[in-house]
Amino acid sequence: MSALLVVIAAALSAVSGLPPLLARKHSRGADLFSAALLVTGSLVGLAAVGTAVAGVGGPPLRLEWHLPGALLEIAVDGLSALFLLPLFVISGLGAVYATSYWPPLRHPRTAPLLRLFYGVTTSAIAIVFVARNSILFLMAWEVMALGAFLMVLTEGRRRDVRQAGWIYITATHTGTLALFALFAIVASLNEGSFHLGLLRAGLASSPAGMAVFWLALFGFGLKAGIMPMHIWLPGAHAATPSHVSALMSGVLIKTGIYGLVRILSLFPDPPLLWGGVLLAFGAVSGVLGVAYALGQHDLKKLLAYHSIENIGIITMGLGLWLGGRSLGEPVWAVLGLAGGLLHVVNHAFFKALLFLGAGSVIHATGTREMDRMGGLLGRLPRTSSTFLVGAVAICGLPPLNGFVSEFLIYLGLLRPATSPGPVAIGAAGAAAALALIGGLALSCFVKAFGTVFLGTPRDPATFRAHEASAMTLPLLILSGLCVFVGLFPFATAPLLNRACLGAGLPADVSRAAPLATLSLVQIAIAAVLLGVSWLLARRLRDDVARRQPLPTWDCGYAAGTSRMQYTSSSFASWSVDLFRWALSPREEKPRFPHPFPAKGHYESHVPDAVLDRILVPAFRRGGWLLSRARVIQRGQMQLYLLYVVIILLVLLWRV
Amino acid sequence: MTLFADPVLVLVMLVNFVVLGTSRMRATIRASAAQGAILAVLPLLVQQEVRWHILVMAAGAATLKGLVIPGLLQKAMRDVQIRHEVEPYVGFLASLFIGAGGSGMAILFSSKLPLAPEHAGGLLVPAALSTVFTGFLILVTRRKAISQVVGYLVLENGIFIFGLLLIDAMPFMVEIGVLLDLFVGIFVMGIIMNRIREEFASLDTEHLAELRD
Repeated sequence: MSALLVVIAAALSAVSGLPPLLARKHSRGADLFSAALLVTGSLVGLAAVGTAVAGVGGPPLRLEWHLPGALLEIAVDGLSALFLLPLFVISGLGAVYATSYWPPLRHPRTAPLLRLFYGVTTSAIAIVFVARNSILFLMAWEVMALGAFLMVLTEGRRRDVRQAGWIYITATHTGTLALFALFAIVASLNEGSFHLGLLRAGLASSPAGMAVFWLALFGFGLKAGIMPMHIWLPGAHAATPSHVSALMSGVLIKTGIYGLVRILSLFPDPPLLWGGVLLAFGAVSGVLGVAYALGQHDLKKLLAYHSIENIGIITMGLGLWLGGRSLGEPVWAVLGLAGGLLHVVNHAFFKALLFLGAGSVIHATGTREMDRMGGLLGRLPRTSSTFLVGAVAICGLPPLNGFVSEFLIYLGLLRPATSPGPVAIGAAGAAAALALIGGLALSCFVKAFGTVFLGTPRDPATFRAHEASAMTLPLLILSGLCVFVGLFPFATAPLLNRACLGAGLPADVSRAAPLATLSLVQIAIAAVLLGVSWLLARRLRDDVARRQPLPTWDCGYAAGTSRMQYTSSSFASWSVDLFRWALSPREEKPRFPHPFPAKGHYESHVPDAVLDRILVPAFRRGGWLLSRARVIQRGQMQLYLLYVVIILLVLLWRV
Repeated sequence: MTLFADPVLVLVMLVNFVVLGTSRMRATIRASAAQGAILAVLPLLVQQEVRWHILVMAAGAATLKGLVIPGLLQKAMRDVQIRHEVEPYVGFLASLFIGAGGSGMAILFSSKLPLAPEHAGGLLVPAALSTVFTGFLILVTRRKAISQVVGYLVLENGIFIFGLLLIDAMPFMVEIGVLLDLFVGIFVMGIIMNRIREEFASLDTEHLAELRD
């Protein structure tokens, strides 16, 4: 039943883009109808998730197909359900959000197309999560990648957007190439069948098994944005409209994680190396992701680097899962996998919340530069309070949901850390990295929230800021979900147990971690926080009522302006300096040779090490080399045909 | 393999040499048309029992290759008023020799191929290979766009002969697909010919080199 429901949901999402395309231009009715279709599809999809988690999902759906090897085989197990949940929540909310964030009235040319691509991408992602045949999987995977590419190009008239789209399409196709090889090897291990089923023991350590692991890490890692395969992620996330960024960051990059879990769970006996490698890649992505985030001035790029960080945390969980399986320690494995998967859901919720909140801010101020915002707290009350919820959640602070999943991973890491041997060193190092990530994330979100919402407005545009209700409703729902998972973590146990089972690991999360106690602690913390802030708010209100609003004391400087505040870069300069060895930030400082200073100019930015320092120069050199090959390009048809003949003869000779 | 197939295939290979050796455009077009028509008969000879889809295929091939496409080419030739292939990259005598060498190689090569026993020994595979080779040779050595089209026709005839090997296994749709493909290909070439003529006032494909970057 759930397989059929997912197919219906995918079909509804896929056609949801048609009404605006067929209707008259600027038609608000068609736009609302389209959003309603997508929301209906999402509700049907959530019903599918519900039935699958309740265990009444029924048999998989199988249809014969004329393509060789391909079979329309769709099954919703716990793992699929866990990934489908954020997909349907976020795509539905994003569609509602888009009706007022990207209305056809203001974007007559791009809005209908955007609706179409959004629906098609949603539908393709749904199929990716439920396909049990690698050819069907790859087809959905490609549709998803192309849909996302077309959405990145929504504002394709801008040069930076085109560049981001170009990098994305190159990266995603490189990844798909790896996946072709990957699935070919898996099929050969599976006696030629393209069905994704459990392989026999003993294959994992063979060269073919190792190749599968490295190809999966590369191909799926490219999609997920594991460092150093993250190159496309910041640019593409920043370039798209915000509800698309929410879908991309919340769900699309998780398809990489899904692929990793799905493929690696086919091997019953992973070697210890796999777990160690994932743990190391996760720690590097986590720490460097947040370090890069600290150096950003663009609000959406900052959030995008945080996605890399969170993918790092999830990857660490997966590493723990594999390590636990190869060492025969089911509790580590359960904690790692459950923590990682719960973080998938949590990250989807709070990152979508943050991206939609950022979209609301950008919609209000017309800029993505944090240093031109400021003082939005009172002007965008619902946006700022929900953004705060998201920020607390992403930093992994109690009492919200980010804490729960990181807590599971911590618990899982601390167990091996107390066991003897080299495993302990690795686990302890990973736990330390996780702590470092949390601290840096906190510092980064203090910077982001402080610069955007606190202080006084830096730009006149900020004064006109307002928020629309269609945009704040999704924010409220998402923050509600963050609070719910934070306060009642045991409610996620059935979902997690079933997801672990889907990955071939029978689990009881409530026994592995004290979720009920955690729930009590979280509620207590929340109560204390609410009480304290209520008291503070009352005192503050009295104060504000009594006193005149005055500017901050500026040491007696007579000509103070609103731009004399901590900017995002000045706030973060200390922590960016800590990571100077990895980030190598570029600074352009003003020089004042005379006693009386003239006008100066200061600029700082943090270029991406992998993209800007390695890949771009390498590709440039490669392009020069390849341009030498133009000699064979004579423009003469006969010559080209001669090339064909020669190749043909060589091939025949080899026979 | 029936008794009549091999003489027909010899005829097909002889037509290859006619196409290679003549400079008169009208003759090459007619030769290729004749080759197509002869080939259309082949499925009936190779097959013992006559089935309806083979009949349809034979009729379709005969009409398309024997009448429609040559007709189109003759019309194109009249329109652009070209009668001779002048100065090919490789002379007619030389290309005849190369074609003969190629046919010999094809016979040698096909004796080495791991064929099904019922196909080994016959002329089917050598004829297919040598016709494909001839098609390629025409494509590579001739300048005029019409000769190029003739090259494609001959090439396709070779592929058609090869397809006869699989006449039982190959679905009807695939054969029809190949025919359609050819038809579209010729159609596109016709458009290209017109464009070349409008642009450069000649049908010499050498001018296309000016378009490269």
